[in-house]
Amino acid sequence: MSTDVRPAVVAAPSAPRPGRVRALWSRPGARILALAVVVAALAVFYLVNDVPGSFLFAAKIRGLTIAAMAVVACAVGVSTVVFHTITQNRILTPSIMGFDAFYGLITTGMVFLFGASGFLQADSVVMWILQTVVMVAFSVALFTWLFAGKRRSIHLMLLVGIVLGTFFRSATEWMQRMLDPLDFQVVTDAMFASLTRPDPALLLFTAALVLAGCAAVVPLVAHLDVLTLGAPAAVGLGVDHRRVVMSLFLVVSVMVAACTALVGPILFFGLIVANLAYSYAGSFRHRWTLPTAVLLGLVCLLGGQIVIEQLLGWSGTLSTVIEFAGGAFFLYLVLRKGAR
Amino acid sequence: MRKTLTAPTSTPAPARTRRTWVGVLIGAALVALAAVSLLIGASNDVSVSSLAKGDGDALFLLAASRIPRTVSLVLVGASLGIAGLIMQMLVRNKFVEPSTTGVTEFAVLGMLIALVFWPGMPILPRMAFISLFALAGTWIFLRIIRFVPVRTLVLVPLVGIMLGGVVGAATTFFAYRLDLLQSLGQWSQGSFATVMRGRYEFLWVAVVMVVIAWLAADRFSVIGLGEEFATNLGLDFRRVVAIGMIIVAVITACVLVTAGVLPFLGLVVPNIVSLIIGDNVRRAIPWVAGLGSVFVVACDIIARVVRFPYEIPLSVVVGIVGAGLFLWLLLRRRGRVH
Repeated sequence: MSTDVRPAVVAAPSAPRPGRVRALWSRPGARILALAVVVAALAVFYLVNDVPGSFLFAAKIRGLTIAAMAVVACAVGVSTVVFHTITQNRILTPSIMGFDAFYGLITTGMVFLFGASGFLQADSVVMWILQTVVMVAFSVALFTWLFAGKRRSIHLMLLVGIVLGTFFRSATEWMQRMLDPLDFQVVTDAMFASLTRPDPALLLFTAALVLAGCAAVVPLVAHLDVLTLGAPAAVGLGVDHRRVVMSLFLVVSVMVAACTALVGPILFFGLIVANLAYSYAGSFRHRWTLPTAVLLGLVCLLGGQIVIEQLLGWSGTLSTVIEFAGGAFFLYLVLRKGAR
Repeated sequence: MRKTLTAPTSTPAPARTRRTWVGVLIGAALVALAAVSLLIGASNDVSVSSLAKGDGDALFLLAASRIPRTVSLVLVGASLGIAGLIMQMLVRNKFVEPSTTGVTEFAVLGMLIALVFWPGMPILPRMAFISLFALAGTWIFLRIIRFVPVRTLVLVPLVGIMLGGVVGAATTFFAYRLDLLQSLGQWSQGSFATVMRGRYEFLWVAVVMVVIAWLAADRFSVIGLGEEFATNLGLDFRRVVAIGMIIVAVITACVLVTAGVLPFLGLVVPNIVSLIIGDNVRRAIPWVAGLGSVFVVACDIIARVVRFPYEIPLSVVVGIVGAGLFLWLLLRRRGRVH
């Protein structure tokens, strides 16, 4: 992914004085810039490649898709990196807290209550607000409940999230069994992440929420760097650990909920993006890893969309392909480094 | 050989009386629940009075539908509990069972493949096919766990569930592409509503597995102490592990074909039993089997009564109750879990 922007002239590793290009390449800022150039190139290519009819019409639709991708990449990248820092591990992502299962439960519940026609006719913004609010409330309630008493291990909390996920999936499956095939089709369409036909109004709302989340993270970047050292060290360095972690978790919840409500569940995407960002950024400071994760997310989404839709001609399977890659990547991570 | 492996049987008297009482309680609960289970159904023909009068229709219904259903519930509960117990010994972790190690998901994948390539496959070959997938899943999980450096109590099931998630995603993807999502859902949810004579007899295969588990119980106890220890005591560690894997895989496949996915049952039941009587496998096996049966029969009664005369799938009720009990097991410990 990053190889195509590497300079062709690379000094031998044993060279006593590395060239200026290499010196430049070792700086995170330069790497991010290169990544931004790649993203811009991909975006332009996606806009102008293979336009069947009116260029303006296609550009409008594709522009919306790119905007949705930007929002998703932002939400997923930032929330996953922050979540990794809070939980002191690199393998588990917010989606594993049962978000996707809960999203499925809410979606199915709405179709179940109002029927497919009601679900499709209901004001999408109202639906989205309802979903987001319920999801954030759920995750914050879970977090406070688990952290209210004694400090429990983060792994325990994640396992609790997963078990809750099973609980939600059970209820979802039961409701799906009660649906007729038409309603069921509506539910399955809603349950598979789709980036290509976002609702403009929803997109605006989600973008506003995600931007607000990013704005809330920016002043805490220094805190995040200290949190990387672990809770005792952070407390020793004067971070109000509990308060900072709770507020960061609130931001993560809002971002993930908004994004899931917009495009459906994306389980492993954050895992790929965050881990690539750690190795690519060449630094563990959040001022570099956060933007790198966002840009890499865009590269994955845009590149994947171009390859799958425009070159292979499959429709609507980008999210599932990403899930595959992410799942395999997860197992590789566990096998290589162990789930620390 | 057997003599050297039997555990000491002397236990303090109070513990023994408590054990006896709980045993009596489980037995009584099972008999009572089974009776209730026999008398519930969409048809009102089966009642105590009609059976006492020797009503032919009632007797036929009882023999053809009600008794097979209740018997299969008992068998499913017992064998799943045992599968969980064996798995916990193999992995040396209290929170594993087929559904928290990816084994169930592998079995469902096998079921989907069987469904696509050979739709009319008879049940016995299909069960063997699914068993192979479950066996592969068990083996892969054990390989993966070997690579996890820090095996905390909570981390092992976490990794297993993630593995299951990956396999489940693959299954869902193929089912979605082939438009089999709804039938896959129905297949993996199973339903006892269709259990009749001729459909449930395959569960006796699972019973054979339970008997093998009981006969080899002391070996599994020793396996739970680790490879070096077991080898020192003269056990062929690998062979016992292989037997355990086969038991788990076959039980998973049998239950999946007849009853669908019943999450967390094999985890919750052995844990509750070990809270009551401790960790002796040979002594625990009848208890786990009994309590598992009680659990499933009770959940099935709930599933049938909540929206009478319609039924909620049993797996949903088990999922909700099992998840709740698992959460309790997770959170009852004070402080950090190791």
